[in-house]
Amino acid sequence: MRFEITREPLDPQRLTQEVRRDESGAVAVFLGVVRDNSRGRRVLHLEYDAYPELAERVMERVAAEAKERWPVTDVAIQHRVGRLEIGETSLVVAVSSPHRKEAFEACHWLVDRFKDVVPIWKKEVGEGGEEWIEGELAPEEAP
Amino acid sequence: MKAKVRLFARLSDLAGLRETEVELGEGLTVSELFAALAHTYPALAGYASSLMYAVNAEYVPSDHPVQDGDEVAFIPPVSGGARCGSR
Repeated sequence: MRFEITREPLDPQRLTQEVRRDESGAVAVFLGVVRDNSRGRRVLHLEYDAYPELAERVMERVAAEAKERWPVTDVAIQHRVGRLEIGETSLVVAVSSPHRKEAFEACHWLVDRFKDVVPIWKKEVGEGGEEWIEGELAPEEAP
Repeated sequence: MKAKVRLFARLSDLAGLRETEVELGEGLTVSELFAALAHTYPALAGYASSLMYAVNAEYVPSDHPVQDGDEVAFIPPVSGGARCGSR
């Protein structure tokens, strides 16, 4: 599946192959990985929650938006949920296009857009306790 | 009539449940349903102004009326992706 919320480890290589096209000379792949600190505090692990049915629809929709803005040939997005350890991959965005510039730009835009509108939430579990991180709402932008 | 309610992330922790079935009157909007839920689970009350709403896995405006059998989700501000701690 090209737009997927999963509890299983992500597979960037598979997504790279899924978006690659013979006519496209570039594939940009972004990996979001769990880091060991946040806002000056040590993070032990993360937990992600999602509304999978809606998240997968919204991912497909933002990919369609990217295709309108750039001549990209294909897009695939995966986000993992559940408990993730330091260094594990939480997000993969793969974009193919004829040339590198559009692939980089569309991939960058997709990662930012993803963060704003896809119903996924992150809980940081650190030495001092645990906390759900909540972004800023932009209801008028709901796709 | 009845609707299924789904809660996520901190909302789910605050209410102590991920989903529940509620009885409600005709014509109630999704935001009114949230207000009713926050009456039962007062810890949710502070969220009323920062929510997005979804019905049957589609975003809807706050004045969207709930129909019998709907699945209503209350969506707190999202934080997926990778820009960890940037806000």
